[in-house]
Amino acid sequence: MSKTSLDELPAEGGRGNGPLLDVDNLHVEFATRAGVVRAVNGVSYSLNPGETVAVLGESGSGKSVTAQAIMGILDVPPARIPQGEVRFHGTDLLKLSEEARTQVRGQRIAMIFQDALSALNPVFTVGWQISEMFRVHRGMSKRDGMKKAVELMDKVRIPAAKQRVNDYPHQFSGGMRQRIMIAMAIALDPEVLIADEPTTALDVTVQAQIMELLAELQRESNMGMILITHDLGVVADVADKIAVMYAGRIVENASVHDIYKAPAHPYTKGLLESIPRVDLKGHELYAIKGLPPNLLDMPTGCAFHPRCPYRQDDCVTDAPPLYEIGGTRNSACHYWREVLDGDQG
Amino acid sequence: MATKGERILEVRDLVKHFPLTQGIVMKRQIGAIKAVDGVSFDLDRGETLGIVGESGCGKSTLAKVLMALERPTSGSVMINGKDIAKARGAELKRMRRNIQMVMQDPYTSLNPRMTVGDIIGEPYDIHTEVAPKGDRARKVQELLEVVGLNPDHINRYPHQFSGGQRQRIGIARGLALQPEVIVCDEPVSALDVSIQAQVINLLERLQNEFNLAYIFIAHDLSVVRHISDRVAVMYLGKVVEIGNDVDIYDKPAHPYAQALLSAVPVPDPEGREQRERIILQGDPPSPANPPSGCRFRTRCWKAQEICATEEPLLQIRPGTTHESACHFAETHDVVHVN
Ligand SMILES: Nc1ncnc2c1ncn2[C@@H]1O[C@H](COP(=O)(O)OP(=O)(O)OP(=O)(O)O)[C@@H](O)[C@H]1O
Ligand SMILES: Nc1ncnc2c1ncn2[C@@H]1O[C@H](COP(=O)(O)OP(=O)(O)O)[C@@H](O)[C@H]1O
Ligand code: SF4
Ligand code: SF4
Ligand SMILES: [Mg+2]
Ligand SMILES: [Mg+2]
Repeated sequence: MSKTSLDELPAEGGRGNGPLLDVDNLHVEFATRAGVVRAVNGVSYSLNPGETVAVLGESGSGKSVTAQAIMGILDVPPARIPQGEVRFHGTDLLKLSEEARTQVRGQRIAMIFQDALSALNPVFTVGWQISEMFRVHRGMSKRDGMKKAVELMDKVRIPAAKQRVNDYPHQFSGGMRQRIMIAMAIALDPEVLIADEPTTALDVTVQAQIMELLAELQRESNMGMILITHDLGVVADVADKIAVMYAGRIVENASVHDIYKAPAHPYTKGLLESIPRVDLKGHELYAIKGLPPNLLDMPTGCAFHPRCPYRQDDCVTDAPPLYEIGGTRNSACHYWREVLDGDQG
Repeated sequence: MATKGERILEVRDLVKHFPLTQGIVMKRQIGAIKAVDGVSFDLDRGETLGIVGESGCGKSTLAKVLMALERPTSGSVMINGKDIAKARGAELKRMRRNIQMVMQDPYTSLNPRMTVGDIIGEPYDIHTEVAPKGDRARKVQELLEVVGLNPDHINRYPHQFSGGQRQRIGIARGLALQPEVIVCDEPVSALDVSIQAQVINLLERLQNEFNLAYIFIAHDLSVVRHISDRVAVMYLGKVVEIGNDVDIYDKPAHPYAQALLSAVPVPDPEGREQRERIILQGDPPSPANPPSGCRFRTRCWKAQEICATEEPLLQIRPGTTHESACHFAETHDVVHVN
C-alpha cells in the first residue's frame, strides 16, 4: 500500500470529483480483553459542501468511533481499521502519512465534542487555546493570535469578548464553553465540521442558540457539517440528509424529507413512531421491544432481527446488504418495500 | 384505595435558600442562593404534574424539599393534610413512606456492590412493618415482575443490567413502600429513545394500577406533555406559569414559557423554514442575585419599567385561562403558528 501524498488533495476551496467527503464501507474494531469489538461494521455516507448530514443512532451504535476514524484520532492500537476508505476530495485519508493527516486535521476537517469542559484545557485561558490554532498552523505571533481569538469569540457571540479572552474555561457557562469550542473549530475555516452531540448536555434554549450559530457559520463559509445526534427533533430541524446507525452499521441513508415521510428500515420507523405525539396522548407510546445488541455477541443475519416486527426466516441467516432503493436512498433491510409501504410485518 | 381526584399534596410558598459563605475557618454568610423562592401548587391522587425549566432553575432542589431530603427555609409541604417539612422522628419516617423518588441517572444512582434484591428491598430495612423479614424476597420478586424484569434476577448486580433495566430497578425501589406520590427527576433523560418509550409506558401503567400521583421533572417537553395532566414552568426559583397541558402548550401566556416552547425542535422537517423561534439571548442570571421585579426581565423582549419595580404575581390574567406571572401576559401559540 503506497502512501498518498497531500499534493493529490486539491488546494483549499478547490474541487475534486464527487463529494467533499465520502465515507465508504468503513470498519473499525477494538482489541479488548473480552475479545474483538466490531464497533463499526460498514459505514457509508457522503457529504457535499454546504450540506448537513445528521448521523442518528443510539448510544454505542458507533457514531463517535466513525467520527474519530474520519478525524484520524483513534488510538491505534487498540483500534484497527481492517476495511474501508474515507475519501476527502477523492483522496483516501486512511492512506495518508501521519504528517499529511496533521495538515488536514483541524485545518480542513475540524471537530467539536459533546463535552466542552473536558475537551478544553483547564489550565490555559480560552484566548490562549483559540490563538494556539493560529500560532501553530499559521505561524502567527502571540499578539496577532490573541487578536484573532477576540475576533472569533465575538463571532460566536461571547459577550464582552475582549474582557473575557483571558478567562479560564471553568469561568464560562456550558453554553459559552460550547461556543468557545466552536470558535476553535472554525478558526482555520475548515471545509468539514464534525459536531459530535454539540448540544446534548445543554438546555433547549441554549441548544437553539448554538444550532442557530452553527447554521449561520455554515451559510457564511459553505462548509459541510456532520452532525452526530440522537435527537430526532434536532435532525428534523437542520439536516439535509440522514444516516441512521444501528449496531455499528448504517441501516438507512435518505434525505430528511423522505425519511420523516416514509422510513425504509424498521428501526428508523420504530424510532419515529416512539416520539410522543399530541394526538396520541393518553395512549401507550409505541416502543421498540428489547435492547440493542451486545457488540461482542451480535445476532446472526440482520443485527436488528431480535427486535424487528417485519422479521422473516431469512433475516436470521442472511445479513442484508445496504440496498439501493432509488435515487440516493439506501436501506439495509431485505423487506424495505414492505416497510416503505407501511405494511406491518 | 382512596379515589382519584382527592387532594394528596399541597405546597405553599415554599422557599429554599442555600447560604453563600466566604472564608474557610471563619465562615461568614455573604448572601444566599435562592434555589426555590416561593413555589405553590396542588397535586391530586392519580394526577401528574410536569415541571419544566432550564438547568439551575430549582427543579431538583424542589424535588428534594418535597421529599424532606432538604429542609425548606420557609413554607409548607402538606401530604394528606400534614406538613412533612415540619415532621420529625417517627412521624417523618411514616410520612416518607408515602412519597418516594426515581432519579435521573440509572448508572450512578444504584449502589454497584448491592444485589438488585438488596437495592429494591432496602426501604424495608427502615420500614420493617411493610415487609417482615421472611416476606421480603417474595415482595421484591413481585416488584421485579411489576416493572417487567425477570424475578429470577434478584441476585444480580446493577452492572449486569442495561440503562433502561436499571431505571426499572429504580422504579421498583420507588414502589416498594407503596407510596401515593412519586417524584421523578429526569427519569428518562439518560436513556436512548427506543428505551425511553418503554419506561414512560411503564410509569403510566403503574399510575393507573396504583392510582399514583407523579411529580414529573424533565427537559424533554414532548415527553412532559405526553405524561402530564398539568405543567408548571419554572424560571430562577419561581413558577412563572401553570396550567393543564393544553393551556401551557397551545396557549402559553408568559414570554419565558413561549420562548422555551419555541426552542424545542419539532420532529417534522415540513415547514421548518417558517417555524417561529424565539431565541433567548445569554444565560439566566445567577440565583444568588436575581433581578428585581420580574426575574425574567433581563432576557424579556416585552419588558417595561414596571417589570423592574413590581414583581408579577402568579395569577389568572385578563384574556388568559390559567395562571401566569407576567404583567403583560398574552396568549400566543408559538408551536403551531406558521
Ligand atoms: N477504545 C475502545 N475500546 C473498546 N471499545 C470501544 C472503544 N471506544 C469505543 N468502543 C465501543 O465501540 C462502540 C461504539 O462506540 P461509540 O463511542 O462510537 O458510540 P456512539 O454511537 O458515539 O454512542 P453515544 O451516543 O453513547 O456517544 C461501543 O460499544 C463502545 O463501547
Ligand atoms: N447544596 C447546594 N448548595 C448550594 N447551592 C445549591 C445546592 N443545590 C443546588 N444549588 C443551586 O441551586 C440552584 C438550583 O439548583 P437545582 O435545583 O439543582 O436546579 P435544576 O434541578 O433545576 O437544574 C442552582 O443554582 C444550584 O447551583
Ligand atoms: S432485514 Fe429482516 S430483521 Fe432486518 S430489519 Fe429488515 S425485516 Fe427486520
Ligand atoms: S413581567 Fe415584564 S419582564 Fe416579566 S415576563 Fe412579563 S413583560 Fe417580561
Ligand atoms: Mg458518542
Ligand atoms: Mg436537576
